[in-house]
Amino acid sequence: MAPVLELRSITKRFPGVLANDHIDLSLQEGEIHALLGENGAGKTTLMNILYGLYQPDEGEIFVRGKRIEVHSPSDAIAAGIGMVHQHFMLIPVFTVTENVMLGEEATRVAGILDRAAAAARIREISEQFHLAVEPEAYIKDLPVGVQQRVEIIKLLYRQADILVLDEPTAVLTPQEADELFKIMRSLVERGKSIIFITHKLREVMDVADRITVLRRGKVVGSTTPREATREKLAEMMVGRAVNLEVAKHPPKLGEPVLEVKDLVVLDERNQIAVDGVSFEVHAGEILGIAGVQGNGQTELVKAVTGLRPVMEGSIRLLEEDITRATPRRITELGSAHVPEDRQQDGLVLSFTVADNLVLCTYYQPPYARGVVLQGQAILQTARELIQEFDIRTPSPLTSAGSLSGGNQQKVIVAREFSRPIRLLVAAQPTRGLDVGSIEYIHQRILEKRDSGCAVLLVSSELDEILELSDRIAVMYRGKIVAVIPGEKASKEWLGLLMAGVPLEQAG
Amino acid sequence: MTTTALRRQVEIVSPTRQRVMGIVFLVFGFAIWLIFARQTGADQVTTFALTPGGSEVVLPDWRVPSAAALYALAMVSVVLGGVQLARGFGRWTNLVLGLVAGIFIFGFLVWAAADKSLNLGGLMNTTLVKAVPLTLGAMSGVLCERAGVVNIAIEGMMLSGAMMGALVGSVTGSLWLGLLAAVAAGALLALVHAVLSITYMTDQIVSGTVINIFATGMTSYISSKFLQVYQNLNNPGIFQPWPVPGLSRIPLIGPILFNHNLFVYATFFFLILLHVALFYTRWGLRLRSVGEHPKAADTLGINVFRTRYMAVILGGMMAGFGGGYFTLGSVGRFDEVMTAGRGFISLAAMIFGNWTPFGSFGAGLLFGFADSMASKLAILQVKIPSEFMLMAPYIATMIVLAGVVGRAQMPAADGLPYEKE
Amino acid sequence: MADEQPEKQEKKNAGKILLEELTRGPSAEGPWWRRAGQAMLIPVLAVVSGLILGALIIIFTSEEVYVAWAQSPLLGIGAAIQVVASAYGALFAGSIGDPVRIITALQSGDELAIRRAFNPFLESLVASTPYIFAGLSVALGFKAGLFNIGAEGQLFVGAIFAAFVGYSITGLPAIIHIPLALLAGALGGALWGFIPGWLKAKTGGHEVINTIMMNYVAFRLSDWLLSGPMKRPDSFNPVSPTIQESAMLPRFFEYPIRFHLGFFIALAVAYMVYWLLFRTTWGFTLRTVGANPSAARYAGMNSVASIMVAMSLSGALAGLAGTNEVLGLNHNLAMAFSSGYGFDSIALALLGKSHPLGVVLASLLFGTLRNGATRMQVVAGIPIDIISVLQALILAFIAAPAIIRTIYRLRVPVEAEEGVFIRGWGG
Repeated sequence: MAPVLELRSITKRFPGVLANDHIDLSLQEGEIHALLGENGAGKTTLMNILYGLYQPDEGEIFVRGKRIEVHSPSDAIAAGIGMVHQHFMLIPVFTVTENVMLGEEATRVAGILDRAAAAARIREISEQFHLAVEPEAYIKDLPVGVQQRVEIIKLLYRQADILVLDEPTAVLTPQEADELFKIMRSLVERGKSIIFITHKLREVMDVADRITVLRRGKVVGSTTPREATREKLAEMMVGRAVNLEVAKHPPKLGEPVLEVKDLVVLDERNQIAVDGVSFEVHAGEILGIAGVQGNGQTELVKAVTGLRPVMEGSIRLLEEDITRATPRRITELGSAHVPEDRQQDGLVLSFTVADNLVLCTYYQPPYARGVVLQGQAILQTARELIQEFDIRTPSPLTSAGSLSGGNQQKVIVAREFSRPIRLLVAAQPTRGLDVGSIEYIHQRILEKRDSGCAVLLVSSELDEILELSDRIAVMYRGKIVAVIPGEKASKEWLGLLMAGVPLEQAG
Repeated sequence: MTTTALRRQVEIVSPTRQRVMGIVFLVFGFAIWLIFARQTGADQVTTFALTPGGSEVVLPDWRVPSAAALYALAMVSVVLGGVQLARGFGRWTNLVLGLVAGIFIFGFLVWAAADKSLNLGGLMNTTLVKAVPLTLGAMSGVLCERAGVVNIAIEGMMLSGAMMGALVGSVTGSLWLGLLAAVAAGALLALVHAVLSITYMTDQIVSGTVINIFATGMTSYISSKFLQVYQNLNNPGIFQPWPVPGLSRIPLIGPILFNHNLFVYATFFFLILLHVALFYTRWGLRLRSVGEHPKAADTLGINVFRTRYMAVILGGMMAGFGGGYFTLGSVGRFDEVMTAGRGFISLAAMIFGNWTPFGSFGAGLLFGFADSMASKLAILQVKIPSEFMLMAPYIATMIVLAGVVGRAQMPAADGLPYEKE
Repeated sequence: MADEQPEKQEKKNAGKILLEELTRGPSAEGPWWRRAGQAMLIPVLAVVSGLILGALIIIFTSEEVYVAWAQSPLLGIGAAIQVVASAYGALFAGSIGDPVRIITALQSGDELAIRRAFNPFLESLVASTPYIFAGLSVALGFKAGLFNIGAEGQLFVGAIFAAFVGYSITGLPAIIHIPLALLAGALGGALWGFIPGWLKAKTGGHEVINTIMMNYVAFRLSDWLLSGPMKRPDSFNPVSPTIQESAMLPRFFEYPIRFHLGFFIALAVAYMVYWLLFRTTWGFTLRTVGANPSAARYAGMNSVASIMVAMSLSGALAGLAGTNEVLGLNHNLAMAFSSGYGFDSIALALLGKSHPLGVVLASLLFGTLRNGATRMQVVAGIPIDIISVLQALILAFIAAPAIIRTIYRLRVPVEAEEGVFIRGWGG
């Protein structure tokens, strides 16, 4: 039987990068085909080519044995290809119905929308595939899991039978992910075929029928879960044996550095995001905060670093009350912050690397004398830090925006770690980085801890939390539902806690 | 990505805002009492004429005892303010605010025309007429911005429309061809705006500024080179009023709404058309999707560039049409810089009207009212400089933008160029 | 930023600093003169293209060209060349000076004749002065991430304040009165800039809309003031009283040269703006807030204060533009005395890449054009408004460099252009 979809020798070059290098891929009818690879391996590029968002430099696409040209998403949709993007493509101020029918609207005469007819179709689909949604609801009012269902319904509404899911579990708890996998199974049973993009080994082993591994734009191998092991897949992904464990000494606990008590913080829409949280971080330990994205971790970090006002409760840093302190005061007390969104918060992309390296200290000697900046001193420091932290940049005067993601993160790490600090707040410090950079940054964080710094680590990557943390606090719906010693925690257990299962039942 | 369901809801109406609003109502009430009522003699009577000039249907005048009416109005305002402070009107607050503002304006009229006669019918009539170019301009803005392209070039497009309308109308001797030229001029500048801001991804404000400078320079250039030299090139005549048979004979409403020229009726028509098209058709859904989340629209096979081009060019045509009003619907001649910033007030009206056609019309009426009142003030010999009346729309827009009356709901991708990777 | 220029210790001249400043970016490599060439290429080509298009407009709107063309195409082309030559010739003579006349005057030795011969050039500097202030105003806003489209209104309010201080206070020596009037003008502009700045910082109301609105409030305000409280008692026209002689900016030459101190004040202010932006911690804060507000907050900078300060400073600079006109040229305030500086200043800031020295150069260009156009109108019968058209065209080419690159087939440089991006009306 001819494969439902076949990609032959797809090649895509970006300036300076070979994103896809003669990639071949075939998808059989009714299978879930996992496309596994690190960040930057070229998975998303390949799928964007399939969906007509990019044009390939070389290569051909066949659907059911017939060659097709995909110049735009419309061509892909016409060929029965549908895609759920990593970042949802939903319009918050539109209803579910409007989002689903957009581009393929049900209309009456003169292009007048027939919302009722479309809603009926959606109900039909949602019953058939067990995807419960309310067609009249506005997207902005729906939780993430439901939004993802809407995305899937969008594809089914267009009668797509080749579904591409790009990192669909990034925003889900392990339990929600399992729910998604059930849906994927039932879709496949009803004759759909799925390409499932991920970098998480567990998911691949759980759900895929076949696995293709990409590395640096090339297919490095194809296998099935039965033949493969996690270790083998990891090696294929990274290109060398990966030590999933980090060498770690037992912590030498010091006095409490950060004390958070009954903290309540609102989010941007004035809803309670952090709901009465209390914890302490001691010198020389790493406290990891685990949780699914959007359970208040972002707001917690922002409150601790002075970027969001505190509604109730108190925060103390080194015996000083910083509940109402400005970010600058907190920084000067010896706190460092690796922000969650490095391009948004951590860097000024249009500024030089040198300027970014003094972003928090530019007003202090030796970088400034009075109000006058001292260019030489800034440049001198920049040179030293570039060397010490191995930042790959042509010159300190290169703009930060032209560096790679890993090097951008190194600029932030260099800036924050080079100061004499007592507290390190690291939020998603390795998101989107390649394995080499991840290892490097983990090493640096452990060094800080061993030198007596208190570390508050927030990450939605469970592996990262488990590897680094001395204690793990699980956040769910704005509360810390459990604090457990790092060595006792297991992934499954944490997953249950993250999904809101009470500690007694989970344990 | 939303996380609403994960979060505890808290009361959204902030107590500060409730208090501010209450104080605002009180201030309005006391202003009526202290400024208007106390200056009004007990036996004074305000006369409102209800028949616009030149109307065939005559209604009797409406006579109001000034002082009594003002005290009553002040009372109502103060009571509303008290209630607001005490327990708040919650989600009705904005409606009450509108009511109080209306009371204040009415109080102002009663006071200004105490012992005199004010032609309320005429006032409404001029308000509507003055609202016409503003509403057309604002609808131009709605079209562009709903598709995600900021248009601060309404002024320039209107000015060019006015000039081309006068020129072509005079040369061809046909008002209709003049109107067509006005629309075409707007469309042409809009095309430039589209090329710059959509294709070349120039900052949309910069692109709009380019068009404004260009239009001002070009129309003045042609005006002083030709229109002022050859008078017969600048004499297109105007569309004459056409009373709607039957409807125009309805008392009060008839002469106000149904005794106008083409432009007023066209405004009504476009209002309804645009409202329906934006919110009830496939065309509108796609246009709005491009203004909210162009990438999402793109992944569903909607051509973002084409949709934006279409919206901007239609917007330009609307502005050109509005520009035609000045020469072909009102003055009958082109003067340099004759739009005098009305394009920018249109922009304000669009924001005031929350990016909707009918909202814009409402704002246009409000601004038109301020404008007509300014000229009435001198006649009534009120000691308020008319300039302050003319400032009101601008200040009101700034207050709206500051979020005092709730957040404006602009399209999410407004002003952002769309870059296809 | 020059503060991070490599360890070249030698003293740099202004030109070199300018070139280094203008050519900063990831591609800032190679000898400085090549970088300078690259940085100037687009602006120069934009100006040239604008002039060419302007010539076409002049040709296509000249009756004599059509008349000649009707006789024969050759005559038509001749007439076209002649029209353009006479127009641009007059533009040149009116802005730089007529070489023949200069030589004749120098030979004759008649002082008045010499002054007259050199006047066009100096008058161009006079015309450039308000452009420098207004252009700096918008450029400073750009650097701080703000789009100040309200220079016009700030200029008006500055002029009102300056005029009031200029005529109402008597008996002061010039050494006190002039700075006082300048300060008043700056203060007026700063006030008008502060309000939208405050609204932006506190409520997120977009400064583009608010400054436009403030413009019209300023116009109505000046209408009222000039027809009422500030009206000259003995006049029927809406004009303020003449300012005291002690408040007038001194002129350097006798009649008819109007060249005055304002030009040098403008240059000094331009240097101060440069120093503030690129050499101080305040400037660093301002630019960080402008380039990435959330990173600025993260780095502990007070973006609310920064926005308010930047808008006030921007307003003060625009206010000085109006002040300069009142104290240096008109010596009174009349209705609608500003000729569209507000919008032109956006073009200036962009043409000068938002850098003070670039703005000065762009202002000299625009001032020269504007000044020469007066003569072009008289001699060649080309309405002065053609200058606005030229400015719009130049601005379009600057704003969309891709057009220039396409026309002249330039390679696309790898540069991260520091664009000005608005983020929607709400802030």
